[in-house]
Amino acid sequence: MKRRRFFGVSGAAVASVVLPVRAQQLLPAHDLRPLIRSIAGTAVPQPGRIRIELPQLAENGNSVPLELTVDSPMTEADHVRSVHILAERNPRPLVASFHFGASAGRAQLSARIRLAGTQRVIALAVMADGSCWSAEGEVVVTSAACLDEMSL
Amino acid sequence: MSNARLSVPAKARPGEIILIRLLLEHPMESGFRRDSLGRAVAKNVIHSLVVRYDGREILRAELGSGIAANPYLAFYTRATASGEVEARWVDDAGLVGSVRAPIAVA
Repeated sequence: MKRRRFFGVSGAAVASVVLPVRAQQLLPAHDLRPLIRSIAGTAVPQPGRIRIELPQLAENGNSVPLELTVDSPMTEADHVRSVHILAERNPRPLVASFHFGASAGRAQLSARIRLAGTQRVIALAVMADGSCWSAEGEVVVTSAACLDEMSL
Repeated sequence: MSNARLSVPAKARPGEIILIRLLLEHPMESGFRRDSLGRAVAKNVIHSLVVRYDGREILRAELGSGIAANPYLAFYTRATASGEVEARWVDDAGLVGSVRAPIAVA
């Protein structure tokens, strides 16, 4: 009896964890390489200098807060030219691009993004010298943005 | 016409790094949604945005359907002179919006 109850309870627990994930119908991850190449040009993105802050868990993919911070002195010679946000499982993986100048003083930016399910979010920073830096964050999304009604 | 709020500090010292916050009222319609009758809702997002300070461009953005409805942006710039910060944007329907806020630098 005890054993039967144990299986009943653990089975329900497994179902409650697995089912929402299966119900999400994740889009296949895009191959981001062509997109990254179009942003970085001849530079090869290296991890570092840019930080991405995202919640670990988002209840809703419709509005996920994101903050990007680039480690840069923001002088005429050494500043961030642009930052880009990429989400590999969104139907359109390029979320946004932002262009700064040296006059920004501080290369930091916050926005709210949509995520079509649990995925990796990649941030790229292109510097004045042409170098490209990257960072990534992973968000678990329990309910995706606007895709439940989409015919996949 | 869409509503928008642009928040900049009323006063700043020369050279100070100031926070600028922008909130636009816009559905950022992704084009993937269907209405109650099952018809596809046309994509309509704010695709470009420029923020100028005293006529000088301080931020230019290309946005997509991955930006949440009612886009919110927070970023920084260096206070140089008294003047005006102005944000201008265009959506897929061709609607142009703008919002301004004054800043006093002394």
